[in-house]
Amino acid sequence: MNNTATYHKAIKAATSKLTDIRKFVAKHAREHGFNEKQISDIQLAVDEACTNIIKHAYQFDQTKNFRIELEFDGDQLSITLTDHGSGFDPNRYQRPDLKKQIEKKKRGGMGIFLIKNLMDDVSYSSNNNTNVLRMSKIRS
Amino acid sequence: MKTFKIEHRNSDGFEIIDLYGELDAHTASQLEESLKNLISDQKSNIIVNFRELDYIASAGLGVFMAYIEDVRTIGGDIKLSNMNDKVYNVFDLLGFPTLYDIFDDEKQAIKKFLSDS
Repeated sequence: MNNTATYHKAIKAATSKLTDIRKFVAKHAREHGFNEKQISDIQLAVDEACTNIIKHAYQFDQTKNFRIELEFDGDQLSITLTDHGSGFDPNRYQRPDLKKQIEKKKRGGMGIFLIKNLMDDVSYSSNNNTNVLRMSKIRS
Repeated sequence: MKTFKIEHRNSDGFEIIDLYGELDAHTASQLEESLKNLISDQKSNIIVNFRELDYIASAGLGVFMAYIEDVRTIGGDIKLSNMNDKVYNVFDLLGFPTLYDIFDDEKQAIKKFLSDS
């Protein structure tokens, strides 16, 4: 097992790519010794983050691309997603009030909550039209 | 990995939706279409069976959030059953068990419909 390794991929902003992204993340996390529960958590967090980029940053414009980078360093996996679409601030989001949302037939806002819940650390920056979401998980 | 698929059957007057594969932002629209069709036909006693569903993202949960009120307004409900631990965990994290009936088995969902009516 390598102690450090980096993998990256450019992804078309299309929801049809989500399956490939989940496979990409699971394959490398498994190779680096993450357990199945952790792999599921990482897959879901990455799926939610990529869905947000496709939906909100690029409004389903399939001519756009974003980048995913996986960096394994010792016990830590850091995932960086970079896009050049409309920025959003995950700090604005709170745990969704399910009851209220159902009454108003509103959905959404759950992705960020899940990401924060499933990953050990999450940070976001938006500068000069470049949005960077970084999240990490420690191997248990 | 199984391809996402929806099958629909009727069991003793209950509408059962069987989900297969992975439900994400790409496949959620198919589930939405199925629910919309049932509701427009005034079919409101709906059970979604997750036995063959391997994965769910929040876009999938969003579909249940969007239609539950419509179904309850016409006197029915959407009950959920047979989730694996991984799928249940996502529903649980988002607080669904307090607002939705989630059962280990489809038969329990039918029983609850019968006892509620």
